[in-house]
Parts: sequence; structure tokens; C-alpha cells
Amino acid sequence: MFASSQAEIAQLFSFYNLLLLLEGFAATLVLSALGCFAGFLAGFVVAIVRVTHSRAMAPLRALAFAYCFLFRRIPFLVTLMLVFFASQSSKANLSTFAVASLSVCLIASAYLGEIIRSGLESVHGNQWEAAQTMNFSTFETLRFVIVPQAWRVVVPPTFGFFVMFIKDTALASQIGVMELTSAGKVLTNKGFSSWLVYGTVLALYFVMSYPLSRLGKRLEKKLAATRNR
Amino acid sequence: MPQLEIVDLKASYGPHTVLERINLSVEKGEIVSLIGPSGSGKSTLLRVLTGLLPPEHGTVRLNGKLVNYADKAAVHALRSEIAIVFQQYNLFQNMTVLDNVMITPTRIKGWPRKQVEEHAIGLLTRVGLGHRLKAYPDELSGGQQQRVAIARALALKPNVLFLDEVTAALDPELVTEVLDTVRALALEGITMFIVSHEMSFVREVSSKVVFMAGGHVIESGSPQQLFDAPQEARTREFVGKILRH
Repeated sequence: MFASSQAEIAQLFSFYNLLLLLEGFAATLVLSALGCFAGFLAGFVVAIVRVTHSRAMAPLRALAFAYCFLFRRIPFLVTLMLVFFASQSSKANLSTFAVASLSVCLIASAYLGEIIRSGLESVHGNQWEAAQTMNFSTFETLRFVIVPQAWRVVVPPTFGFFVMFIKDTALASQIGVMELTSAGKVLTNKGFSSWLVYGTVLALYFVMSYPLSRLGKRLEKKLAATRNR
Repeated sequence: MPQLEIVDLKASYGPHTVLERINLSVEKGEIVSLIGPSGSGKSTLLRVLTGLLPPEHGTVRLNGKLVNYADKAAVHALRSEIAIVFQQYNLFQNMTVLDNVMITPTRIKGWPRKQVEEHAIGLLTRVGLGHRLKAYPDELSGGQQQRVAIARALALKPNVLFLDEVTAALDPELVTEVLDTVRALALEGITMFIVSHEMSFVREVSSKVVFMAGGHVIESGSPQQLFDAPQEARTREFVGKILRH
């Protein structure tokens, strides 16, 4: 099909193909960022609910527990399909990108909720007691005492999850979202060598996840050196 | 009117009763020491009084006012008048020494920062740590951490100070520095409730000694009475064992 590999490379990186790859890259980046940020925020709320002790919070606590329990045990693809079909049958008419966004948030908040909860619970109970006897509210205890100490435990698995999560967003291609893997698929269908296309896709995934893992490592080192501070 | 009055107090951990028929009264400025074998309920009594373990029945009055431990607002009011120093110090590990002492007065009580800081530095200087204001708890020895914990408790200007085996987690050579700090407080007339295994210290500073065993108060009286002429057989046995060592 192509006269030489050089011609193929030149063709692959033509303006429209580059645009397609960039579009896929941007979709993957947005999905990942959404999953990481929204998932972290929602996961934080889920974790806070789970570490409360009051009787009034018991129903919410049970709900948060069930949520984490369930969504951590369902494959991402199944969640994606569930949200996709739920959106279709409820006539919500969400775009495939919106379905993928919702799914990544559901999964990420369940995983991150669990990671953050374990971090909060890693702080010794005597810190809670000391705060309690000095009239700290639950919120004040979390804000001033527990959360600042929990970061050390939360950061490494959180960044590990972020990096893993970027790769998982590739599954969004299954419902037709034009993300990076889908863009690769389109290009191979056009007749480009799979080696060349997926090599490029691989490099783009790497470009996205490597800085994140470096940042995670740096934070980890910084937090390890200062221990609880 | 006693500053702290405990009548027929009972507390349990699940089905296990750990305190029963506790009756005690503490006058203002008194230093009451709780002694007794491990598991006798001394620390549990402090946990109940500070609202960490709700009592099953009985009453506690602070300055004549009944404390309802089931009522959050009442426990809040109680805790604004007391302070506790824990065996394991329980300093906030993410804060410097000065921040540990200042956080509650400034952030929780809302007292003016400048005055709190002056007071906190004064207290830390008094306990011999004026030069370690910016240090973190994990940079200090156990004795230093316990002295910070005492300064943190005093920064709350409590009416009653509870000290729960403050030297139990310390190396022998660090015990003296903490006891010297408490000794100095004793001279200032602050009401104190001390759980301790340091018998010579208890004898020296206490105005009243309470001997507990099996979750009950067996005997109470002045240090001389309790150590030199105990009335109850169980007290005699305990005191006898201590004096032999």
C-alpha cells in the first residue's frame, strides 16, 4: 500500500491523521483528568463519610461502604456498559463521552474512596482522642489533625491508581468514544501498519502517564522524608 | 462545694463492667492520686470523667453542675473546663511543639492569637522547652514530648487537670523531668487527678490518695493514712508489695 516505510510514516503524520490522534489524546486526557480529579473529590467525601462514627451518619456510612464495595468489584467495561444502557433506557440521551465520563467518575471515586479511607484510618486513634478531649469537632479533627497526617499514606497508591486509570480509559472505545485507542483503531483500518500506529499510541500514553508517575514519586519522597508533617 | 463530685459511677466495656460504685469528691486545689494494680480501672475512670467512655449510671458534678454525658453540649461544656495528659502523650504529629500548644486555644476556643502565643511560649519555657518551639514531636525524647503535652493541657487554662500515667511510657531517666514539672504545678494550686505508679511521687504531692482494685474504690485517704496505716486488707497487700520493692 505504501511505497516505503518513510512514505508510510509521512502519511501517518499527515495533518488529518495527526488531528485524529490529537483528538484521541485530548479525549483520553480529559477522561483521565476527570476521573482523577472528580474521582478524588468524590472519593474524599466517600472516605470522610466512612470514617465517621455518629449514629446519625450510619445510613450514609452504609451507602458509602456499599458503593465502594460494589464498584471496586465490577470491571470497568461492565460499569461502562451499565451506564451506557441505563442512559439509553432512561432516554437521558447522554453522549458516549458523557457516559464514559460518568463511568470513570463512578469507578475512580470508589477506588480513591477506599485508598483515602485507608489513609485516614492509618492515623493513630490517639490523635482522634486527643482532639476529642479538646473539643475539636469531627470536621476540625480531620482538617487540622488527621488529613495532614494521612497524605503520606494516601499519595503513593493514589498516583499508582492515576497511572493505571489513564490506561483503563482505553475501554471507552468500546462504546464508541473517540479516545486514543479508538484513534489508533481508525488509523489501522485505514491501512497503516499496526506496529507504527500502536507504537505511536503507546508513546502518547507514555507522555501522559510518565510525568504523573514522576510527580507521584517526588511527592512520595518528600512526604517520606518529613514523615507525619 | 466540691469541685468534682462522683456518685455511684458505673461503666462497662460491652458486657464487662470495669467500674462500679465509684464515689469520690475532690475539693478545689486538691491533688487526688489514683493508685492500684493494672486493670483496676484507674485510667478507665479518667476516660469516663473526660467523656471518652460514657458511664452506665451514676452522676458526676463539676462545680456543682451535673454533667450529662449523653448530651453533646454538656460534654462540650465539661471539656472546656478540663484537660487531660495521656500516657502516650498523643501530641499532634503533624504540628510543631508551639502549634500543638496553640491549636486548641486559637482554632477551637477562638482566643486572640498574640496572647495565646505569648502564653504558649511562657508555658513551654516553664517546662524547659522554650528552645524547641519549632521542633516536631518525633524529634523530641519521650520526656520532652510529655512536657509538651503538659504545656498543651495547661494552655487550655483548665479548672481540673487529669494526668493519666504520664511517666509510664518513659525511660527511667526521663521520669524525673516530667515529675518535676508536675511537682511545680502542684505548688500552684491547680486541681489535679493523677493516675500514677510512682508511689514516692504520689506520696509527696497528693492531698488525697485513692486505692482502686477490680473496678472499685477500696480505700481513700491522706497519703500518710493510706501508705502508713491502710485499713483494708487489699490495700495493705498492695502497699506491702510496693514497699518491699
